[in-house]
Amino acid sequence: MRSDTSPPGLRIAAAAGLAFLHLPILLIFVYAFTTEDKSYQWPPPGLTLDWLAVTWNRPDVWAALSLSLEVAAVSTAIALVLGTLCAASVSGSRFFGRETISLLVILPIALPGIITGIALRSAFSLAEIPFSQWTIILGHATFCVVVVYNNAIARFRRVSGSLLEASYDLGADGLQTFRHVILPNIGTALVAGGMLAFALSFDEVIVTTFTAGQQQTLPIWMLEELVRPRQRPVTNVVAMVVVLVTLLPILAAYYLTRDGDQVAGSGK
Amino acid sequence: MSAVGTIGAAGPSDAILPKRGGWRGRLADLLWRRPGLLLLLMLMPPVLWLAVVYLGSLLALLLQSFFSIDEFSGLIDRSFTLKTYGELLRPANLDIIVRTVTMAALVTLAAAVVAFPIAYFAARYARGKWKALFYLGVMLPLWSSYLVKVYAWKLILAKEGILTWLLQKLHLAWLLDGWLALPVVGGSSLSLSATGTFVVFLYVWLPFMILPLQASLERVPANLLEASADLGATPQQTFRNVVFPLALPGLAAGSIFTFSLTLGDYIIPQIIGTSRLFIGQAVYAHQGTAGNIPLAAAFTVVPIVVMGLYLWGARRMGAFDAL
Repeated sequence: MRSDTSPPGLRIAAAAGLAFLHLPILLIFVYAFTTEDKSYQWPPPGLTLDWLAVTWNRPDVWAALSLSLEVAAVSTAIALVLGTLCAASVSGSRFFGRETISLLVILPIALPGIITGIALRSAFSLAEIPFSQWTIILGHATFCVVVVYNNAIARFRRVSGSLLEASYDLGADGLQTFRHVILPNIGTALVAGGMLAFALSFDEVIVTTFTAGQQQTLPIWMLEELVRPRQRPVTNVVAMVVVLVTLLPILAAYYLTRDGDQVAGSGK
Repeated sequence: MSAVGTIGAAGPSDAILPKRGGWRGRLADLLWRRPGLLLLLMLMPPVLWLAVVYLGSLLALLLQSFFSIDEFSGLIDRSFTLKTYGELLRPANLDIIVRTVTMAALVTLAAAVVAFPIAYFAARYARGKWKALFYLGVMLPLWSSYLVKVYAWKLILAKEGILTWLLQKLHLAWLLDGWLALPVVGGSSLSLSATGTFVVFLYVWLPFMILPLQASLERVPANLLEASADLGATPQQTFRNVVFPLALPGLAAGSIFTFSLTLGDYIIPQIIGTSRLFIGQAVYAHQGTAGNIPLAAAFTVVPIVVMGLYLWGARRMGAFDAL
């Protein structure tokens, strides 16, 4: 028999830990509506919706947002292709150097971001590549590959090999097998990986500070406001929007991979 | 058709399957017969990308750590020398390294203590809806914006912020003032003290400790705990002699993240904390305005070496099975 009652001390410690994780983020939502614009005063002296309108009319925020979205979209697309190819080859066969390739994919995220950042920056200056959105994308795609790869490889392992053999036996070629057998099975994992990669890229700041030059992505814009606060109310609103924008893909990715065990043919 | 025949003349499928027409069919046949070629084609793009973009830049950076800077002209001397590594041993630089590694170790320890109850509860007692709630409860803070999290703590730790207000309401303001008056951990306000830096590091990296810890705790068989209790162990003894040793790989895996992330971060100490530098800030300063890429490169070697040693130790504890 297993005892399903938890000791009260453990319950309190777990609840306190979760509260510690969530309360600070909730606080952002309150500050977005405060009337105080000079300090971080608590409790807020009053509540207002004005700052939403002020933020809406700020061209620099829109420019930063659109650059961030563009970079995240392109990096995600590159990472999806590279990550899927890598996962397919590593899961599908055993070959010399297989472990090295897994390590190579994980390395950009295992080493501190500042190392990736400064390495890319010094490489750009050595090769005399001028900063553009492509230099940002180059960095982002590199560490986004691992997210797609992790999601894809977990699913590839569950796709039964006999399904692929059946497809070939029935006369399908590689491309047809990919489109009609592999893709439907790994599709949700790819979407989930893509969403996480998007969220990761949309939020990235450490590598970006080295690869952006004078350009401003939304996180860079926020970083400047954090280091030298000028418009606290606008920053508050932007912070709230960022929380909401990253929340949705994460929830979607969770729901897509939640039932990942029910892959066709997984029982074989 | 004839072209395919020459390529796959000895292929076993010749006798069974008719050949496909068109370039697409021929390509499909070719790849089916030679899985090695298919593998090569699939691996080429990701490996080229990672090797050229990532490893290439990394090696170029490491190479530059063996260059040196001419102190008078500020120009980089591209001849092999270990002089730049010698500069790391100057007291000021050594101080930065010791401070960063100490902070990383403290954050890792604290993260393990705070994460354990959450991971243990989620792994052993949470069922069904609660399990999903706990999972999301860790995943959401993990994936929400890093800068927003740091910003939230700037709001909390500010002198006029919610924490000071709360302590005043509880008549505990003297406690905060007393703590801030202490030499190393204190400062003029929490957001300008080493304590503040520590709390924010702990907050931001905590989910990275919870997830692997929970994964390893899920694998502890419940009947082991019952057997331990049946044999007369107190809950404390069961924890110390059964649960903790089995959770050790998860702890080691989580500590890789918390340790590595703290070592390399330069944003948090820049926004919340004192003016004393961490490794990341030193790297940033040296490569930026100072233009001393060799010293910046040498500084980045420190976290790489520390993490290398750490990973080597963690692997011996079986941390990679819990990732």
